[in-house]
Amino acid sequence: MMLGRTAQNLFWLSRYVERAENMARLLEVGYRMSLTSRREGGSSEHLMSMMQAAEVDEAFAAKHKTADVDTVAHFMMFDPDNSSSVYSCLQAARTNARSVRTAITTDMWESMNGAWLEYAQIKPRDVRGAKLLGLLQWVKQRSHEFRGALLGTILRDDGFAFLQAGNFVERADNTARILDMKYYVLLPRATLVGGDLDIQQWTLILRAASAHRSYRHVYHDRYKAQNITDFLILRPEMPRSLNFCARFVQQNLDLLADFYGRKQECQEAASQLLAMVEDTSMDKIFSHGLHEFLTEFIARNNRVTDTLSDSYNFY
Amino acid sequence: MAETAPFDEMYNADGSVREPYRALNAWLEEQPDKALTLMQSDAEAIFRKLGITFAVYGSEEGTEKVIPFDVIPRIIAAQEWRKLSKGIEQRVKALNAFLYDIYHRQEILKAGRIPEKLILQNAAFAPEMMGLEPAKGVYAHIIGVDIVRVGPDEFYVLEDNLRTPSGVSYMLEDREAMMQLAPDLFHRCKVAPVETYPENLRRTLESVAPGGAGQSPNIAVLTPGIYNSAYFEHSFLADQMGAQLCEGPDLFVDGGKVYMRTTTGPERVDVIYRRIDDDYLDPLTFRPDSMLGVPGLFNAYRAGNVTLVNAPGTGIADDKAVYTYVPEIIEFYLGEKALLNNVPTYNCTDEEQRNWVLANIADLVVKEVHGSGGYGMMVGPTSSKAMHAEFRKKIEARPDNYIVQPTLALSTCPTYVNAGVAPRHVDLRPYVLVGDRVRITPGGLTRVALKKGSLVVNSSQGGGTKDTWVLED
Repeated sequence: MMLGRTAQNLFWLSRYVERAENMARLLEVGYRMSLTSRREGGSSEHLMSMMQAAEVDEAFAAKHKTADVDTVAHFMMFDPDNSSSVYSCLQAARTNARSVRTAITTDMWESMNGAWLEYAQIKPRDVRGAKLLGLLQWVKQRSHEFRGALLGTILRDDGFAFLQAGNFVERADNTARILDMKYYVLLPRATLVGGDLDIQQWTLILRAASAHRSYRHVYHDRYKAQNITDFLILRPEMPRSLNFCARFVQQNLDLLADFYGRKQECQEAASQLLAMVEDTSMDKIFSHGLHEFLTEFIARNNRVTDTLSDSYNFY
Repeated sequence: MAETAPFDEMYNADGSVREPYRALNAWLEEQPDKALTLMQSDAEAIFRKLGITFAVYGSEEGTEKVIPFDVIPRIIAAQEWRKLSKGIEQRVKALNAFLYDIYHRQEILKAGRIPEKLILQNAAFAPEMMGLEPAKGVYAHIIGVDIVRVGPDEFYVLEDNLRTPSGVSYMLEDREAMMQLAPDLFHRCKVAPVETYPENLRRTLESVAPGGAGQSPNIAVLTPGIYNSAYFEHSFLADQMGAQLCEGPDLFVDGGKVYMRTTTGPERVDVIYRRIDDDYLDPLTFRPDSMLGVPGLFNAYRAGNVTLVNAPGTGIADDKAVYTYVPEIIEFYLGEKALLNNVPTYNCTDEEQRNWVLANIADLVVKEVHGSGGYGMMVGPTSSKAMHAEFRKKIEARPDNYIVQPTLALSTCPTYVNAGVAPRHVDLRPYVLVGDRVRITPGGLTRVALKKGSLVVNSSQGGGTKDTWVLED
């Protein structure tokens, strides 16, 4: 037996941990893009497109006039007014964890609590420039640690399924957004699709998904847009691909249905999400439009959350 | 009383070590320099990592603080404990009998042993409870009795906490931390276990479940939520005894029965260990503006469909003014003399006593009748003249709002402080469970005033805690 509120908190706990990690990944890409930008004003443009992908661009523009590296990094890492900043995510995750201490293991709690306590101690002005990448790395590591504690200690019951569902719904959302970032980064007129800058940008997107090494294992090839999108959308063995995440979401909702002994509407929503990446090909996706495909995917993914909330009495 | 040297728990007046402390003393002497300093910082790290915190309202440092923990345990001999626990058991039995009587025939009032006005016009008296039959006749199931020691055989009860006594999680975590920090010391002493508390709490709660709840009743801990100062304890206890940790909105009443909102729909609740004050329990019966409780809960309780622990209205028995009558209460219901002393208490509504109090205020302790947590009190010997004047005015304005007691020379216990090991004043809160029988956990929470000379041990006033060892024969 589990309170609806507990299920909700577990779901959001792992979503926020995953989101903190992905905000760090996104910022890393934006930061690296801005460092390697060859054009006047390109740095600011890259940073804005990164924030567009994270859907925090409007909130940023409401507070700041120009997007330079320090301002954006601060906004993405430390700003409590930005509900997706690493600070806000870790705080929300820790608050959720505190509310459901009875439903998570000591190892999970200590990992979460420790991460928050350490992060809250950091002085933003100490992590400018070179130190920033180190801190982004730290955020990713703490997220790994939490997931490790989760996988290593928690009972495989309904709580586990809610945590996993939250984790992979969030990751699917983030991978879709990271890919969509390429849409927002416009190539300069003189540069052709498939040119150096284009490839460089795709490479950074791979890097954002920590996939630049594993790419080689799968394709034995140069970085190519076609392969990279295939890798991040369709490949079932890539743990951050849309296919992989959708499959995991579906599996965990099935687990819940088994556990409670009844089918729910959210399973249908998850099936629809999975169908999007199972019954298609990169040719179809590109001819339909990558951005359109991703927008539809994000919408269906949101529907999974909505129906899950209804099915299991989140409130 | 204030002038004489306080009783030292560890050393006799001639400097020799008292029997129960021999092993500890030898161990302390063997510790290399800095060992205690290291232990102390390890302890701090353990507590912070576990998130054993309490919230300090209005604190600048944020809402959560780690309660200071002292690495030197307080030790109580087996025969001392036997005496104490007998006295405690007597007290909680009498207080429960008193509560039953007050909410039924009120014989103690009819017999004129307690002034009627003191009870019936008291804010802690709940007329809604009249005539109600709680399971097993128990009102106060979970009790923390505050006790101080002033001599080898002299113990005083300062207060009976019958509403929502807190701190039991510190007792358990202090033990856990101590076992991690000084396992070798445990090998040398036979320490009675406290780890059975959560299991005993569960048994106690099960034993007072309403009839028809079945073999394994559904138990919920009702918390005001994560911003409450004792939230850590609420989640800790729910976790340890395998109960659901609920907030008001998680529960609802339908057809006079209480349900939880679960992932599979409504689930019946049998026993609620509530950590919400009476006033906030049910907006339909008590404060209508409260969002913490559950609408209709009190009716479900009255109908006997759910057990509330502790029962509403128990506060009348730990009221500071009623406290002075506890020896009477024990005699009236049990026909026995009180085994534990009350602190002599002056009644300021009596003119003669009030004048004496006003003249001698610098030597006295003044407490607000409805104050708690060390707020609204004044310790004469350590307060300024301005404070004395302020409290004189307060007493003159509202004599019935204050109780006044002599300053007790609280015993001291060696404590780790910046300068090394030094005596600091302590008190003791043993935890009692009353259900189908009385269960007292050996030991309790020792609170220690970390400031030199201070007699105020509350965590909200800078006090810390110590592990408390009851030795077995």
